[in-house]
Amino acid sequence: MGMTMTEKVLARHAGRTRVAPGDNIWVDVDILMTHDVCGPGTIGIFRKQFGPTARVWDREKVVIIPDHYIFTNDQHAHRNIDVLRTFVKEQDLPYYYDVGTDKYKGVCHIALPEEGHTRPGEVLFGTDSHTCTAGAFGEFATGIGNTDAALIMGIGKLWVKVPETMRFEFEGPLPPYLMAKDLILHIIGDIGMDGATYRAMEFAGDGVMSLSIEERMTLCNMVIEAGGKNGIIPTDAVTEAFVKSKTAKPYQPVADDRDARFHSVRRYKTADIQPTVAKPHSPDNRGTARECTGTRLDRAYIGSCTGGKLNDFIAAAKILKGHQVKADTYIVPATTEVAKGLATTRLDGQTLIEIFQQAGAKISQGASCAACLGGPSDTFGRLNKSEVCISTTNRNFPGRMGSKTAQVYLASPYTVAASAIRGEITDPREFL
Amino acid sequence: MQDIIQGKAYVLGDNIDTDQIIPAKHLVYSLSDPEERKLYGKYAMSGVPDAAAGLPQGNVRFVPENDHRSPFQIIIGGKNFGCGSSREHAPEAMQIAGIQAVAAESYARIFYRNSVDGGFFIPFETTQRLIGEVKTGDDLEINVPKGTLTNRTSGKTYSLRPLGDVLEIIKAGGVFAYARQAGFLKS
Ligand code: SF4
Repeated sequence: MGMTMTEKVLARHAGRTRVAPGDNIWVDVDILMTHDVCGPGTIGIFRKQFGPTARVWDREKVVIIPDHYIFTNDQHAHRNIDVLRTFVKEQDLPYYYDVGTDKYKGVCHIALPEEGHTRPGEVLFGTDSHTCTAGAFGEFATGIGNTDAALIMGIGKLWVKVPETMRFEFEGPLPPYLMAKDLILHIIGDIGMDGATYRAMEFAGDGVMSLSIEERMTLCNMVIEAGGKNGIIPTDAVTEAFVKSKTAKPYQPVADDRDARFHSVRRYKTADIQPTVAKPHSPDNRGTARECTGTRLDRAYIGSCTGGKLNDFIAAAKILKGHQVKADTYIVPATTEVAKGLATTRLDGQTLIEIFQQAGAKISQGASCAACLGGPSDTFGRLNKSEVCISTTNRNFPGRMGSKTAQVYLASPYTVAASAIRGEITDPREFL
Repeated sequence: MQDIIQGKAYVLGDNIDTDQIIPAKHLVYSLSDPEERKLYGKYAMSGVPDAAAGLPQGNVRFVPENDHRSPFQIIIGGKNFGCGSSREHAPEAMQIAGIQAVAAESYARIFYRNSVDGGFFIPFETTQRLIGEVKTGDDLEINVPKGTLTNRTSGKTYSLRPLGDVLEIIKAGGVFAYARQAGFLKS
């Protein structure tokens, strides 16, 4: 019997010719990523377990990206960045993207590919649940805790239970009013928040392969919201062109065997899918934008590793151009590269920034996670009272974006932009 | 590994995510500093909406004001306990507050793995829904070798699922000890 992509990557990194779902194996790690929230804890455990003078297993393979609590006056948060800095210096780590320098990037899951750290066929672990985003590059990528990360830091290996693979096929290119966010919210609504618990979610079909690399990242980003271990997308010319533009490091893509065995296969026609929202307070509480039409909004938020990439802002700008927002609208680029794109990308002669400013949106001066996870009280865009917000982010649990009395709807950048204009949830087809 | 775990129950619902267990704004405290880490105990479960905090009646604080230890030692949960963010601060905050075991219908896997690999407490899976069977404040006893949970307040006993693959890691005391046994780490 053949293997799925996920099984093949894991087998190769365990030094085996084959593995089967349920096998417990130790795998070699290609990249370990951590950030300012989980890095200090990881470093603490690493020092305690391996000794104060221990060295990381491979300095080329540890990537540290501060991104969560950056533009805040919280002193504890600043101290955490100092812990990272000291460690990076001590270990002489080349891949550190320090706050306040030209190297600063912003949201780790978007920074990783921009900096060439995501490559087909590899194994990436990160101390962040949305590390699964990198499955868009045909690799095995998943989130772990501080203890596991500290172990990897010292030995370059981790135990994994090989997951079964659920396959999701989309037929037909996306209609002009849909985005990858609609597809993934639709799936999560179907299978529920634990519908893929400890399974790989593989996305395929011509609908998926017609997506840009950024849109593929959105699909994989939210597999964790269905409990998935990892998301993965076959490697094609789009993947290779992107990866080769970012890194010269060699890599070996994998593909499903023809007789690979899947836990299940679900097929969708993209034309049947509607602009989709997740209603408060869980990502599987699915509705369509049309059904929710009229829901009053205080705020719209466009940002994060899910919906804060350049393509997300281009989509939002297409709708916002020439309109005024009724809901307070916050724009937060995921990375500094995306922020540059806002200033240089033009729609009919106007930059995205100009379009957002004219629409009356507030634009963050810095790239970071910002209010996606609430953060310290002075965080840009944070929901500090019982506001109703529509957001391009990935989670709407109670209190996720700040106050536990706030209500968050998740949607695509198209739907969020259309809703911002009306001040109530709106199907983007009204503006496209 | 203890054979018998005793304590008072704190009952929560389904899909308790790690933002509810420890809200993001608290993730800035040092886990290495023995005094400062107590703040994680202080704010454990502070993100749970009041009505869902300590079922069935709700509005039960998990940790009393100005304290970092909870009067409850065993958490009863529903489906998909610990979903969301991978923050290991979540099981660690629960441990700092004094939690010794969780018994839930199912877990999100990163949380489950963190609880086991970090050696914070044992995440047991129940064979039936215990929300409704157990009330916040009930006296519980878990018999680990037998795989049972007894509600001493009601006198009823329930079976727990076998720990399976992770038993070896739990017995070793966490992933570092396990990796040592596997020969990946010098002792
Ligand atoms: S943008 Fe939001 S979901 Fe993404 S890494 Fe930051 S906090 Fe997490």
